[in-house]
Amino acid sequence: MSLLSLVLVNLGRNKRRTILTALSVLVALFLFCALRGVLDTLEASIRVGSEARLVTRNAISLIFPLPLSYQERLLTVPGVRSVSYANWFGGRDPVDQSNFYAQFAVAENYLPIYASDIEIVAFDRPQVAGAVPPGVDPKLAAFMNERDACVVGERLFNRMKWKLGQTVPVSGTIFPGTWTFTVRAVYHAKNPAMNEEAMFFHWKYLSEKGMGGQGQVGWYVLELSDPGQAGAVTRAVDALYANSAAATHTETERAFQAGFVSMYGNVPFLIGVIGLAVVFAILLVAANTMMMATRERTAEFGVMKTLGFDDGTIFRLVLVEAAVITFGGGALGALLAKLVIEGSDFNAMGLLPPMTVRWATVLVGVAIAVVIGAASGLVPAWQASQRRIVDALRRVE
Amino acid sequence: MALVEVKNVRKTYRREAEELTVLDGLSLEIAEGDFVALMGPSGSGKTTLLNLIGGVDQPSSGDVVVGGTRLTGLRGKQLARWRARNIGYIFQLYNLIPVLTALQNVELPLLLVKMSGKERRERARHALDIVGLEDRLKHFPRQLSGGQEQRVAIARAVVSDPTVLLADEPTGDLDRKAGADILTLLDRLNKEFKKTIVMVTHDPTAAERAHRRLHLDKGVLSNGPS
Repeated sequence: MSLLSLVLVNLGRNKRRTILTALSVLVALFLFCALRGVLDTLEASIRVGSEARLVTRNAISLIFPLPLSYQERLLTVPGVRSVSYANWFGGRDPVDQSNFYAQFAVAENYLPIYASDIEIVAFDRPQVAGAVPPGVDPKLAAFMNERDACVVGERLFNRMKWKLGQTVPVSGTIFPGTWTFTVRAVYHAKNPAMNEEAMFFHWKYLSEKGMGGQGQVGWYVLELSDPGQAGAVTRAVDALYANSAAATHTETERAFQAGFVSMYGNVPFLIGVIGLAVVFAILLVAANTMMMATRERTAEFGVMKTLGFDDGTIFRLVLVEAAVITFGGGALGALLAKLVIEGSDFNAMGLLPPMTVRWATVLVGVAIAVVIGAASGLVPAWQASQRRIVDALRRVE
Repeated sequence: MALVEVKNVRKTYRREAEELTVLDGLSLEIAEGDFVALMGPSGSGKTTLLNLIGGVDQPSSGDVVVGGTRLTGLRGKQLARWRARNIGYIFQLYNLIPVLTALQNVELPLLLVKMSGKERRERARHALDIVGLEDRLKHFPRQLSGGQEQRVAIARAVVSDPTVLLADEPTGDLDRKAGADILTLLDRLNKEFKKTIVMVTHDPTAAERAHRRLHLDKGVLSNGPS
């Protein structure tokens, strides 16, 4: 027998209580880590945006378009290397309306801007050989040569069990009617925070079929020649259209993404507070358990002190006991959160990157469990160690 | 020189505004190898005196010296360490740890001593052998009779080879036969293993086993009939 086995034996004294306490810590740490995972995922969705790219949208709101004619002038702003544009399509699966995935109508130079974030992993050969525009991945030749072709994310492709060359129907909501797209390529997100459940198709197709050739775009993406000039370019672009009918609002792509997250309002704050509240509640539960466990053994501590155990050893024994319960429950809860959350592969239908619980979060969870253990055991350990032997022994005699 | 010297010890307890004197200027000497029975009515201060000799409690005034160590000069960790080395305590209600086996209960004081697990087990087994419980090593206290529990408690008290054995009503919770066995065991520890024993008892038959009988009444000591 050792002091550690003495601790373990004492934990087995009231198995039901020990298991229930460990389970409560497990649930608390599971929730804490899962909620932290949500926060991390929200933050990751911001990180997908680059600081080297700017997004120009209508100053009133994203839902108001900008004229296509802005593209030529935007290219003349010093510091802007290239300009692309896109529109949100917002269609639905005609068979299953609840089956949502993002669709974007994009200019032909849009995907090359994101070449470092995505990789074409499957593609159709073009039926008619033709050169692709400069900067466009040759794997996209079939996509480039076909009016209603689309490129879809690998995750969406697999989820929908699509095949290359398959025609996919989509019901338009903003742009009514039934639209059909032919899957010509599949991309894999090299950046894990990148949405892999999206569909990209030609802006021209949308313009001709859905907007009567009006030439309006949802937003412009400005690739900068020097990210350090982002501030100056932003000011220059917005000054250019300050007095026009469609004034612009320009910001870095990262700030643009952060704007979506800010739509959640105080939800991230609430999630953080709930996580801490759960942990605090469990601290009280664990403290109560330890108080009960040590109060029942007051006389035993008196006996142990009579045998020669000093106050410090008694203090440590109780503290370690509390830490073992909470560490066991906490470590399991944190690991379970990682396994369950990541196993669920939840990504809010492509609106968020796949949910992850980082190892750092698991470690923080385990550390919190140990701190809960120490904090919950502190008072009972102190009481057990400081009680005079004669008072402790009087509990039974 | 006496092994145990209690010099003009006074012990008072404060209960709210009232001060209660339990021992009043008590002095006592116990020689090495002696077997002393402390008798007296309830509340006379027997257990208090035992606790002072064992370093479990401190006197309000006066000195307690055991084996040349002045206990009133020791505090906290020092005193705990001294108790571990020098005192074996036997309680009336055995006070075994219910979740530990007989062997583990006896091993308990040895956790404070630097030795290998194997050596610890060997010594605990030997102590249980002395008290005649070599076949009950894996038994938990609830699986033992009262007499057997007390024998485990005695094994726990002697396993670290202490100088003094303090027994507080060791037969008080036992039937006559089991009580007699315990007294025989204490007698053997005194004679064969040369342990100095101070035993608190109400039982005159038990006290007869001692070499000396001392009577405490209202905190004052008197020699009983020899």
